Amino acid sequence: MTETPEQDISPTLLQRITEAAARREPLRIHGGDTKRDLLGRPVAGTALDISGHRGIVHYEPAELVVSVRAGTTIDYLLSALREQGQTLACEPPSLGGGATVGGTLACNLSGPARPWGGAMRDAVLGLEMINGKGQRLNFGGTVMKNVAGYDVSRLQAGAMGTLGVITQINLKVMPLPECVQTLAFECTAIDALGMMRERARQALPLNGACWHAGVLQLRLAGAETAVTHTARQLGGQALAESDTLWRDLRELRLPLFTQATPLWRLSLDPAAPLDDALTVSAIDWAGAQRWVATEADFDTVCASAAAAAGHACLFRGGERHAEVRSPLHAPDAAIQQRLKLAFDPERIFNPGRLYGWM
Amino acid sequence: MSQPPPGTRPDIDRAALAARMTACVGAHNVLSDRESMRPYECDALTLYRDMPLLVVLPENDQQVQAVMRCCSELQVPVVARGAGTGLTAGSMPHPEGILLSLAKLDRIVRISPQSCSATVQPGVSNLAISAAASRYGLYYAPDPSSQIACSIGGNVASNSGGVHCLKYGLTVHNLLSMTVITAQGERLQLGSAGLDSPGLDMMAIMTGSEGLLGIVTEITVKLLPQPPAARVLLAGFDSIRAAGDAVGTIIAAGIIPAGLEMMDALAVQAAEDFCQAGYPRAAQAILLCEVDGTEQEVEQHTGRLHELLQRAGASSLHIAQSEEERALLWRGRKATFPAVGRLAPDYYCMDGTIPRSAVSTVLEQIAGLSKHYGLRVANVFHAGDGNLHPLILFDAGDSEQVRKAESFGARILELCVAAGGCITGEHGVGLEKLRQMPVQFSHEELLQLEDIKAAFDPALNLNPGKGVPILKRCQEYRALPGRHQHD
Repeated sequence: MTETPEQDISPTLLQRITEAAARREPLRIHGGDTKRDLLGRPVAGTALDISGHRGIVHYEPAELVVSVRAGTTIDYLLSALREQGQTLACEPPSLGGGATVGGTLACNLSGPARPWGGAMRDAVLGLEMINGKGQRLNFGGTVMKNVAGYDVSRLQAGAMGTLGVITQINLKVMPLPECVQTLAFECTAIDALGMMRERARQALPLNGACWHAGVLQLRLAGAETAVTHTARQLGGQALAESDTLWRDLRELRLPLFTQATPLWRLSLDPAAPLDDALTVSAIDWAGAQRWVATEADFDTVCASAAAAAGHACLFRGGERHAEVRSPLHAPDAAIQQRLKLAFDPERIFNPGRLYGWM
Repeated sequence: MSQPPPGTRPDIDRAALAARMTACVGAHNVLSDRESMRPYECDALTLYRDMPLLVVLPENDQQVQAVMRCCSELQVPVVARGAGTGLTAGSMPHPEGILLSLAKLDRIVRISPQSCSATVQPGVSNLAISAAASRYGLYYAPDPSSQIACSIGGNVASNSGGVHCLKYGLTVHNLLSMTVITAQGERLQLGSAGLDSPGLDMMAIMTGSEGLLGIVTEITVKLLPQPPAARVLLAGFDSIRAAGDAVGTIIAAGIIPAGLEMMDALAVQAAEDFCQAGYPRAAQAILLCEVDGTEQEVEQHTGRLHELLQRAGASSLHIAQSEEERALLWRGRKATFPAVGRLAPDYYCMDGTIPRSAVSTVLEQIAGLSKHYGLRVANVFHAGDGNLHPLILFDAGDSEQVRKAESFGARILELCVAAGGCITGEHGVGLEKLRQMPVQFSHEELLQLEDIKAAFDPALNLNPGKGVPILKRCQEYRALPGRHQHD
């Protein structure tokens, strides 16, 4: 575990935000700055670094709840959880060690276990944030169920910092699986998709299903007896190194994440057939997330995603000053714009990060 | 009807409104006489009742849209209602508005086994989804105790839980997309068939919003494969504290049970009298612990749980030997509310959450309050997720007892917040818990919630006076009758 001193810089953040709001000064919120060129549009604004706001505030393994300051790195949190035999079920990336819990929640970035373990948005129990009026607010709590008021904490997941600065997060944690086994099957993308859906419909201890480079990998995790039995039942090649693909996928280290062609992430109906016009580089999340490297234009990719009842996001590269995610319908966009202003009336937080108009 | 001050809600003429509604949905779908509207005057929290101007029962999404456009134009309050099984007066009618029943939108639109999803209208009952999916070996996981009757639309509005939340999550974790008609009558398509959607998480903000932000007309839920095996263990304990500690031991051992329920002595005896489930009558508390999954997993975890419960000092321990016995053990738990209901003329069901480790302390405090108020209380506890349901026994015919029961309930919710929990785990705020909202939220937090409401419904036509106390717009609320006002 790297040395991460506990540090509460929230008074400084609060003061900084209050000043910025008074001056209508745009802020570019960041933690480890690991996702600057991913997922969103570039932000022109003064940097507001939250990475100094860190440390585990409270951790009660028997309650399955941890409270962390937003600048705490994912690496640091996961190693503290691991000591108690626990983890985050959504398997978030640490991106070289810099990724913070706050940034990960803001981007709602989940790993290969997402269809079974949920996303960051599913693990959030509550949080503390500072809104654009410089008010420190708490929503949710540290208990599994809380339906008082609107679900403001979950609303921060995927908002990419456009609603406020997340300062502290309460997360549900889960036990580490007792046993993990990965099975490999050589096959085409079409066959892989069929097999993934077949397996996803069965009650199996599955928590990874990805096709990449001509190989489908299925990851089993859970009670040892169940994993061993299921592995025998499914066949395939049992991999000695069960984590290689999953780690490279989670940490965005596969070649598809570093090549020069614009990289799109499509979030689709998992059973939707492959689009012949857009060659898929990887199929993850048992079919629900597909990676496509293409020079095809924005409208073409968005139309392809819409045909599969889903959405597209220009994940990396390409023209990032234009819109990078599928457009919203007008009434939806109007409400999202009003929600933005309800939190950030002076539009100081990450302007344009999510959409040009937000 | 009180006369509103100028500049607020216009007077609404019932006959004129009925004519407009009839144009939207047809005469057979508008109720206006008192006797026909009577069944809609309250939800399952019958302490709070009121009559709407009209009950309107649209048959499809287009009719809902027409009704909402019309109500927006006329500034008429709209209270949506599903099956009426809510426990917080969340769907109690507004005396100057319409009660919008979604009961006729009751079609299962499609089951997509390959995608593991079901698209349904809001009036479909929770259990009907699993029933329709079962032919594909799939089911819908959230299972509130009222699942035979409660509608999926109501589940979305209150983000319902059930006895399997710790492992399978709440309603919000099990939805993919929804169609919403806004207060202005516009149609929104939220979420998608994929797992993540771009932009702000509108699915999250809509789920649990208690009919304050929009009217849900279609929902696509996730379906899960039915677990091939499930077993339940029944453990009796000599003290609440021992049972509470056993829960911590199970979780710390790395097992996430599918269901983990605790009942105290009074609840156990009532349930046992009601349906002879085989609970140990001498126990001060029981735990029902269910594990599910593959045969191998269930077998391994059952053995481990048996060992853990024994070591935690269980005074009796039993593993259900058949599917029938497993169903019987659960029937006892699911029948606890009606069973406790037989002990007194009425009961008042609370819904606080607390950290699991605080359960014995909080239950001791509740026992103290029970003596203070002279009202008996039975406790059932979703121990896996910290959701406590004290059932306060009282006589609604006795106004002094009603006052005491309400005050007792409020004190319990304050105890929950003080223990690090919250005022509602799964039932919602409705009208019932509005006064406790400031216990959980600061003034600034309540203002933020109010601003969210205004982003969706600036005219405050949707379920006014429920869910979130209105602070700065209280001016408009002076137009409401006294009982809808709050500070």
